[in-house]
Amino acid sequence: MTTLYLSRDVYKEIRAHGESTYPHECCGALLGTRAESGWHVAASVAAGNASTDSAHNRYRISPLELMKIERAAREQGLDIAGFYHSHPDHPAQWSETDFNEAHWLGCSYVITAIENGHATLTNSFALIGASEETKRFEPEPIDLSD
Amino acid sequence: MKIFIPTPPRPFAGGLDTVEATAATVAGALTALTAAHADLRKHLFTPEEKLRAFVNPYLSYEDVRYLPEEEATAVTEKDTLTVIPSIAGGLA
Repeated sequence: MTTLYLSRDVYKEIRAHGESTYPHECCGALLGTRAESGWHVAASVAAGNASTDSAHNRYRISPLELMKIERAAREQGLDIAGFYHSHPDHPAQWSETDFNEAHWLGCSYVITAIENGHATLTNSFALIGASEETKRFEPEPIDLSD
Repeated sequence: MKIFIPTPPRPFAGGLDTVEATAATVAGALTALTAAHADLRKHLFTPEEKLRAFVNPYLSYEDVRYLPEEEATAVTEKDTLTVIPSIAGGLA
């Protein structure tokens, strides 16, 4: 099992992002470096939710914005470690849509439940497997540091 | 030309984040990429040899699928190509 290593600042940022977009879903990327035990996140990057016609229960980062995030990460010597999004008034548990749309094998998917505008639980799931056909989400602990 | 490999397919490209390829078109570059790294092919292409729907090919900052000649678009050695998986989801 892997662990997602987050600073308290990044943890606060992604939860605050979910509160700010409520009742819509927020989304963004996590940049970091990979260790055997899991991703060490150095920064989060807030993204726009391109799923504008159904932002209350869907999110999408436009490929162009995603590419710019990826390119900027490279210039900082970082990789995309994973992504975060919020579930307004729903549990911090991956949905069937989350799974079907998850294609970043080896990355972490972080979900924060936002209840009545306030962030409650934040969970992380590692997308593991060798291919689309064998992929699966595995819960991973979040290790917070100052 | 340079082909940028994002995090997910990197293990199937020998761990490389950038691959150099010589080709005349985008399709040729993708063929050269997967010829050099055969394990990448099934991650980028369907069994019917079409790019998987969630794989977004970008020539510099242009979405190849919206270019007039799509994958037949000509490239030069100064171009960059990125194959970036999509990111989406949601509670419903």
